[in-house]
Amino acid sequence: MSEIFTEVFWTTVLAGGLLAGIPLMFTSLGETISERAGVLNIGLEGMMLLGAYLGFLGAHYSDSVWLGFLTGIAGGMAGSVIMVVLCVWLGLDQIVVGIAITLLGEGITSVLQGAQFGTTYPRLGATPTVSIPLLHRIPVVGTSLFEQPLVVYLGFGLVAVVGWLFRSTNIGLNLRAAGERPEALDAAGVSVRATRSWAALSTGALAGLGGAYLSIAVAGVFTPFITQGQGFIAIVIAMLARGRPLLVVIGSFVFGISLSLSDALQIAGITISEDVINMLPFIAIIVALVLFSRRAYLPPALAVPYVRGAR
Amino acid sequence: MAEEAVGSQRGVASEPWRRGVGLGLRLVDVLIRSVLPVVLALVAGGILLEILGRNPRTFYSHIWLYGVQNGSWQDSAIRMAPLLLIAMGLTVIFRASIWNLGYNGQFALGAALVAGYGPSLVNHVPLAVALVTLFLMATAAGAAWTLVPSVLKARYGTNEIITTLMMSFIGVGLANILVKGPFQDPTIQTPQTRVIPLEDMLPSIPSTRIHVGLLVAFAAVLAVHYLLTRTAFGLRLQVLGANPRAARHVGIRLPRLIITAFLISGGLIGAAAAADILGLWGYVRADQFPAYGDAVIPFVFLARLNALAVVPFVAFYAVLSTGGDLATAEANLPSDFLLVLVGLILLFMTMIEYLGRRRELGGSYLTPGLSQALRSSLFWRKTAVE
Amino acid sequence: MGNQTPAGAAAERKAPVVELIEITKRYPGVVANDGVTIAFRAGEVHCLLGENGAGKSTLMGILSGLVKPDAGRITIDGKDAAIDSPRAALEFGIGTVYQHSTLIPALTVLQNLMLGESRSLRLDTGGARRRLDELAGLLGVEIDPEEYAGDLALGRQQQVEIIKALWRGSRVLILDEPTSMLTPQAFAELEKVLARLKERALAIVFISHKLHEALSLGDRISVLRQGRLAGSLDGEALSSASSEELRGAIIRMMFGEEARAVEDVAELQEDLEVVEQEHLEIAEQEPSHEVDSETVLELDRASAQGVGAELGIEDVSFTLAAGEILGVAGVDGNGQRALAETISGQRHLTDGQILLYGVPISRLSVSAREKLGLRYVTDDRLGEGTVGSLSVALNLFLKRIGQPPFWRFGRIQRGAVGRRANELVREFDVRTPSVGSRVGTLSGGNIQKVVLARELAFQPKVVVFNKPTHGLDVRTTSAVRETIVRLAREGAAALVISTDLEELIEICDRIAVVSRGRLVGVVPNGPGAADEVGQLMVGELPAEAA
Repeated sequence: MSEIFTEVFWTTVLAGGLLAGIPLMFTSLGETISERAGVLNIGLEGMMLLGAYLGFLGAHYSDSVWLGFLTGIAGGMAGSVIMVVLCVWLGLDQIVVGIAITLLGEGITSVLQGAQFGTTYPRLGATPTVSIPLLHRIPVVGTSLFEQPLVVYLGFGLVAVVGWLFRSTNIGLNLRAAGERPEALDAAGVSVRATRSWAALSTGALAGLGGAYLSIAVAGVFTPFITQGQGFIAIVIAMLARGRPLLVVIGSFVFGISLSLSDALQIAGITISEDVINMLPFIAIIVALVLFSRRAYLPPALAVPYVRGAR
Repeated sequence: MAEEAVGSQRGVASEPWRRGVGLGLRLVDVLIRSVLPVVLALVAGGILLEILGRNPRTFYSHIWLYGVQNGSWQDSAIRMAPLLLIAMGLTVIFRASIWNLGYNGQFALGAALVAGYGPSLVNHVPLAVALVTLFLMATAAGAAWTLVPSVLKARYGTNEIITTLMMSFIGVGLANILVKGPFQDPTIQTPQTRVIPLEDMLPSIPSTRIHVGLLVAFAAVLAVHYLLTRTAFGLRLQVLGANPRAARHVGIRLPRLIITAFLISGGLIGAAAAADILGLWGYVRADQFPAYGDAVIPFVFLARLNALAVVPFVAFYAVLSTGGDLATAEANLPSDFLLVLVGLILLFMTMIEYLGRRRELGGSYLTPGLSQALRSSLFWRKTAVE
Repeated sequence: MGNQTPAGAAAERKAPVVELIEITKRYPGVVANDGVTIAFRAGEVHCLLGENGAGKSTLMGILSGLVKPDAGRITIDGKDAAIDSPRAALEFGIGTVYQHSTLIPALTVLQNLMLGESRSLRLDTGGARRRLDELAGLLGVEIDPEEYAGDLALGRQQQVEIIKALWRGSRVLILDEPTSMLTPQAFAELEKVLARLKERALAIVFISHKLHEALSLGDRISVLRQGRLAGSLDGEALSSASSEELRGAIIRMMFGEEARAVEDVAELQEDLEVVEQEHLEIAEQEPSHEVDSETVLELDRASAQGVGAELGIEDVSFTLAAGEILGVAGVDGNGQRALAETISGQRHLTDGQILLYGVPISRLSVSAREKLGLRYVTDDRLGEGTVGSLSVALNLFLKRIGQPPFWRFGRIQRGAVGRRANELVREFDVRTPSVGSRVGTLSGGNIQKVVLARELAFQPKVVVFNKPTHGLDVRTTSAVRETIVRLAREGAAALVISTDLEELIEICDRIAVVSRGRLVGVVPNGPGAADEVGQLMVGELPAEAA
């Protein structure tokens, strides 16, 4: 039995886990920003898909991974613009609009893919990685952690930046106030609308980046519905992380591992049906919710439109 | 200050003709708010088709051709059966301001069970008994699959949007495992169940191809409408939906209500699966469970959660999707184009609601509590009897 | 009565800091402000008095940038100014302490104070601490910057809000109904703080509906009535007339002598007469009339948890006899809601028990208690008392869903519902076009009548009233009080929770006082009861204010 846990096994699990968890990390990080400010993005799945497809398109036609990431960001932001206009500005229901964005994202990306490529699914070359000297030689974890595409390191950096932003800046305080009690923020002279708009746009950008990373670096191809519910998982991770970016990373990593587990187990000679493996993250979420739901703190003004002077 | 402003709206003037005009205006208002989003979505969809280089006129005429003409209206009617039942399931739960987003999982499990046990059951017991049993089985499966989210919500106030979504993914996964495993047809390679022989499926309505599942659906519509408008249970749902705090204040037992509402919702969705499998398909293929629920949601809202009003909307969508399956194929597009149309309908609906909102108190498509469901569920307080 | 200091007298001769000229604001169906012209001067406390709905909040909203007037001008130091957002108001030096707290409970005091001070990206914690010390010293109070705003006592909270309003060096401080939740001791502290601010030449706008506070604090009093400025009393007038004369003058301004139409005057006169008559009637009764000795409701060492900033109850014991009206006085948030909800069944006891006619009912549900005759008239008539989108008729029977004769076998009996609803509407004088109209379209007073009708129908035995006349107009207020008195005379028992001491003195046989979740005493009504109650409200408090 112990032959299973060889170096190859662990490398596959960890490296694969990290790889698979990065899209989720970007997306959940983005969602923590929105939720902190009181915006709930049920449409995250749609934004990720838009980022995945447009990102893939950009990388495919320009042969540049970075351009792909940029177009992916734009795709995600396109989805969040709908949230900003309809929900933050006009005060419409965030959940209904979110469902619409998800449907639109799913539908449009599938249609565009079909219209553009028909039944072929062109593949991208492997994404160039950057090895951190020395560190990447550490057994097992070395390649997993220290030989990744550049954007991954930027991602970790971003996590730290967002954490700092939340803790020590005025922006962080404004976001918090917008989610806790927008009337107070308004009375203090800060625009609730602007705060929430920027938050939602950032979320869209990060979700788009997450989706683009998925299609460019992880899968190398775009297939319709490629995100398979990761957008929704990102929402849960954001809720459970309660605005602490470190927990976002951990949660995403755990999810990533649950995905890479099936590959690793196959290598180890154990076959567990892929369906079971795919179910694991969702089961894990339910268990986590049962155990921790009382501690999932949601900002009181989450998903509540702010109207000045309303009583 | 606000207290007095609330009372500013006095009743409509009492002259009969004025009341008639008032009623007429309200009717126009309702029509606009219900139909305009659909029209706008079709127009926007047409623009998208143009951009993609397809002809919208051809496309929409194909939808009519393949959805209604030459007897294809029967195919649309057949598709209405599961759609209506799902719509009923959603109407009941949305009325209470509870989000049941787990319909895909509930449907998949019901379908898997019916397709799994159906082929053998029809050989062992009289057909009528088998069909009824299978219906009940699917209903029970759909209902049972709501228990985890509903109990979590009832006892701990856990947010049901997330739990039902998660259970949905788990449910579909479980259904796939069942189909690939114990329910797999041993004689073929593709992961699907054995096929129920045609003569053992639901009988058709005389002189049509439409199976009686549609009649079951219509019966469900009437039953749900009665439940919601005439019974004490329906009123409790409405109170919960409009104002959860008032519901606690007036002594409504919330945990019981939540769980029951969820059971009814899941049950109806399971029944939809039974109707679909026993009436139309006869089998189920893994990884290919239909996702009817996603598309039905906007129409449930457009009908303002009124069970009877949903019917014309669902009929429209049935035509759209039946015709659309072939129309999109002919236009060389994935059938997911219909998702785009449905998403657009939802968007336009919210925008038109915004425009019409100022005028009417409480006439919105959403009960006020629906959007509050997220927060209030997490700040639950137990009452004396829990 | 005069509180004109030499400094104040000198300030009066200065030009006004802020002037509102011919300000008008309309909302659908009502004119909130109608051509109001008013000025606020440095070093002066200018009180704005008026009944609920007179337009004070709107005027204040205009001053603080939340509301834009439809017509009129605002000048600051004589120059025209447009205050079109809270930020603009702050930049003009107008700081506001709102009636409903704008502090964020989950943030610390310091974080709350730093909110909106976006000079740079980084939070300037050091600088904020220094400013806090400075302003706290100015006010003469001590504040802990790391304490969570949600944990602050109400008086302390208000001090933080004042500091926040002054943060950017305001010249005008607006206080909107600041005293509704303060103990007499905290009120005295507030007076001291305001005096110090006056010395710094701040212009203070004090909005209230309480006459005695205005007379105690104000250097100038203006009265708003139905959107218009009904009259103004300056320092000279305040110091030259007697207290009774001033009271009379102000009451006349608040309730109208100068009305627009003859019908209005007659109606108002009638109102006043009715109110006076009822005051007489109630006063004529013996303070503690013949009370049936049967104990109907008993609380024995009852304890329950609070919610958020509102305290729960701890170790509360009292009895209530049939035919008795027991008042519960106390500063808001000291456990009153917990008490009411525990009795009604909405909140469960963590300790102790509740007995109805000697039988423990702690395990009974809300609807079981309701059937036994235990009723609860909530203060939150819109938030939990009624469902605005449902009809009057359905709201009337909301606590009896599924029960005969209105439901049989789960099915609604429209005839029975309609009939009884019409009876109740007549009996309780609910003004509604029909019993089918949506409750949300009724005025506040009528909504309260619907709630009353619902709770008092079907043989009530014990009724808990939570702030039953809060926010109601004069006429409805006296109707409600009369209903409570009649209820008791017919043999039921009433528990009246109220923050209005005058109201309790008027109708109760005994008055209990809650403070910090405990019952600190029960005072039989009679001469001197008001003072005793006041003392009890203050007495149990430790050294820190409020």
